[in-house]
Amino acid sequence: MEKQAVQRAREAFLAGRSRPLEFRVQQLKSLQRMITDRQGEIATALKQDINRSQYDTPLFELIGLENEISLAVSKLAQWAAPRPVERNLLTISDQAYIQPEPLGVVLIIGAWNYPWALTLQPLVGAIAAGNAAVVKPSELSEYSASLLKALLPRYLDQELYPVVCGGVSETQELLRQRFDHVFYTGNSTVGKLVMEAAARHLTPVTLELGGKSPCYIDKDVDLRVACRRITWGKFVNCGQTCIAPDYILCEPSIQNRVVEGIRQTLLEFYGPDPKSSPDYGRIINQRHFNRLMTLLEGYTATVGGQSDSSQRYIAPTVVKDVPPQARLMQEEIFGPLLPIVTVSDIDDAIHFINEREKPLALYVFSSNKKVIKRMLAETTSGGVTVNDVIMHYTLNSLPFGGVGQSGTGRYHGKHTFDQFSHHRACLVKSLGMEEVHMVRYPPQNHQKVRRVRLAMRTPLVDFSKGTYIWAVTASIVALGLLIALTVILILAAGVNCTCL
Amino acid sequence: MASQSEVIDRLRATFRSGVTFPEPFRMTQLQNLLSLVEENEQLIQDALHKDLHKPKFESVLSEIQITLNDLYFAMENLRTWMQPEYNIGKNLATRMDDCFIRREPLGVVLIIGAWNYPLHLILLPLVAAIAAGNCAILKPSEICQATEQLLAELIPKYLSQDCYAVLCGGAEDTKSLLKNKFDHIFYTGSQVVARSILLAAAPHLTPVTLELGGKSPCFIYGHIDIHKAAKRLCWSKFFNTGQSCVAPDYVLCTTQTRDALLPALRETLRTFYGPDPGASLDMGRIVTPRHWRRLMDMLEKSKGKVVIGGESREEDRYIAPTVLVDVQESDALMQEEIFGPILPILTIESLEEGIDYINRQEKPLALYVFSDETSVVTTVLNNTSSGGFCGNDGIVHMALPGLPFGGVGASGMGSYHGRWGFETFSHRRGCMNRSWLLERVNVLRYPPYSDYNLGWLRWATTFKKNSWGGCSVM
Repeated sequence: MEKQAVQRAREAFLAGRSRPLEFRVQQLKSLQRMITDRQGEIATALKQDINRSQYDTPLFELIGLENEISLAVSKLAQWAAPRPVERNLLTISDQAYIQPEPLGVVLIIGAWNYPWALTLQPLVGAIAAGNAAVVKPSELSEYSASLLKALLPRYLDQELYPVVCGGVSETQELLRQRFDHVFYTGNSTVGKLVMEAAARHLTPVTLELGGKSPCYIDKDVDLRVACRRITWGKFVNCGQTCIAPDYILCEPSIQNRVVEGIRQTLLEFYGPDPKSSPDYGRIINQRHFNRLMTLLEGYTATVGGQSDSSQRYIAPTVVKDVPPQARLMQEEIFGPLLPIVTVSDIDDAIHFINEREKPLALYVFSSNKKVIKRMLAETTSGGVTVNDVIMHYTLNSLPFGGVGQSGTGRYHGKHTFDQFSHHRACLVKSLGMEEVHMVRYPPQNHQKVRRVRLAMRTPLVDFSKGTYIWAVTASIVALGLLIALTVILILAAGVNCTCL
Repeated sequence: MASQSEVIDRLRATFRSGVTFPEPFRMTQLQNLLSLVEENEQLIQDALHKDLHKPKFESVLSEIQITLNDLYFAMENLRTWMQPEYNIGKNLATRMDDCFIRREPLGVVLIIGAWNYPLHLILLPLVAAIAAGNCAILKPSEICQATEQLLAELIPKYLSQDCYAVLCGGAEDTKSLLKNKFDHIFYTGSQVVARSILLAAAPHLTPVTLELGGKSPCFIYGHIDIHKAAKRLCWSKFFNTGQSCVAPDYVLCTTQTRDALLPALRETLRTFYGPDPGASLDMGRIVTPRHWRRLMDMLEKSKGKVVIGGESREEDRYIAPTVLVDVQESDALMQEEIFGPILPILTIESLEEGIDYINRQEKPLALYVFSDETSVVTTVLNNTSSGGFCGNDGIVHMALPGLPFGGVGASGMGSYHGRWGFETFSHRRGCMNRSWLLERVNVLRYPPYSDYNLGWLRWATTFKKNSWGGCSVM
């Protein structure tokens, strides 16, 4: 069944249907309509999957998606146009440009934490780039997956963009097929398997994975605002966000104030009993609930710590003074548990971060420009937000992706279009200027070698220091000569004028 | 003699110290690499001649000069490339913020060279890796022993030994090298080995650039000056004895064009190499007896008719520039990349037939069209895909550093040359530096949620048609 879906998509692609710009725009507009028309059903599915509040849905899934579609529709002609490049002497009269082209049939494997955004945002780019795409939503968010399977064929071309649902074995079957690109969002264990499967077909991959995103809070900072922003980013979607601040690093002297700041904010956000707040989510399934409860074993929560297995509810929880070797610090938490690890200073914090795998996101809260500069220069991560969390995700002109264990490739906005395109280098010459080309043909001699070396140089203009000095000197000398000539002429004219 | 892991650990420790990050360091190393090439031109030419019987002209043009050009280009542009990119579209919500993209080094990268252009195929990626601030391990091809030895000797002499190392060895050594973790692997070579490299990279989630090959088709169609076309075709086909990943592999043309082409080819070959190419200083040799044997087998099994050349000599691995006609799709010469001085001509009745044929095969690394008619060029471009494309010439598109050089599908993934190499070996880190102001506006996004807040948020963050970009959540 998976094989047939891929086969049909390939045939549809080879027929050329997905290539014309008008078709791509029409499909994108149709996708937009789907989101607008079916918002209610999408919100219901998300509530059933993950107890997503009715406001979180548009906020975190749909507004972003709509913006991506609008951007793609508006800029598509520009993105798909040939991109000219700099030429050299040999190619001066030729056309040299990069032409973005569709790759073919791509596979998009979605995730369960933001099942609509993380499955459909890549699809927007894939469609915009002119590909066919097989969409495989995560089975863990089953209501969303079945809704997507029901809805997408009603709005988009059924053969070009089939939805394939299923679990591990269906995904493995899909991965046995040959694709021209595989886009996977999820964890690094499965990421490795995806890369391995793709390797057999020499298929390039984009992996949006995760990791432990550190959040460093400097001493001299407005803790009220910092804690509010961090609390928001950490506990939205019940902590199940790939770029949620995973843990806090701060000096012992401010730890208690940080805890207080978070406690205060939690009261403001969810009231004294988050369980009864309509704005607080739940853990996706029992397995993850158990995993999170195990992480907490042996530690006393400073804030929260309550749980209810029947509802898969875990209260927003903060744990102080967590040692680096604790289980909480060994894997990505992906839940509403916030450990605070104390460090002696910025050097210690940087060292701590660099000892670990490269994270997907890095956060630093500071009013000190030097601290921010050091953090940025001496660490690496997929992306960064300074003095806030998550926000770098929301600006689609910034590339969103990981590095090292947190992933490979990037997307959002134009970056998605580029990720799903082949950038074909094109040089269109004429058969003219053959005299210039004669230098490269055999039989060969020294003069020809010299001429070719000259013709191959780029850039066309020599900006080196030596040439600059020569040019300035020559200009001064020339100017001097010109002035001298003018003076002579004036004198000569003067002599003439004084004659009788 | 340090073991592989010791070398990698040493490079990793150096990288961690941050010494490769500052611009002056990178510039110095690039300058040193420039000196390496400039001061040892003769030694390089000699090594290449020993390994591949490369004529001096080819060594200078396609190995030395292309490396020097890439170095000049990198040194002139390094500062610009390293600058954070600030020209990012912002919107209402992020107006007060600093948004930029940083290019950051990846770490310790592995560059595996190939034997057909043993110098530039390993040094051009190295230029990019150095420019991007990484440490690098070079693994030159063991098939070109003189060049391999030269690199192993010169690189430590000119470049920082703590940052860049050359590891020599055969297939087994490469396999064990690949068990280590790298932050990027850059491989030039064959599809078979590429697969095993990707499989070795997967457990470490290491990104990979693969510069592979394929059968690069060459259309000669419509109105064309057949003599000029023949010259450029011969030059690109028989350069380096056909052992170029972007050499035109085979020709597609009508019978009339073929009949006009053959005398033009004969004449050109005579002008280039004289009556006996085997005696010309400008004609190269096949790299090893094994590769020579592979080509001779293909030629023997072929059902095509040899109309030019066909001579060969086992002692010095010589094969004359050879052209065959009446070659069918099923021919022995059409099953794998030729990579030698053998040019099959397939006749087609129409452009569409040729395009259909190409689209039935794997996507090639390069595609060529010789034609005066713009419509022919456009039709082929729009209906095929390939790593790169060149109209009315061969190979030269790879000499322009502004163009990315790489494959697609079975011909490879990723690209390099000029700025593209710098980007390949960098991580593009999206950074947003939020201001402390506008906290009152931020309040719109916090719980407890309400329709009122959501309404404002929606208004403020919905993409407006003429703005730069969209921001989803305040």
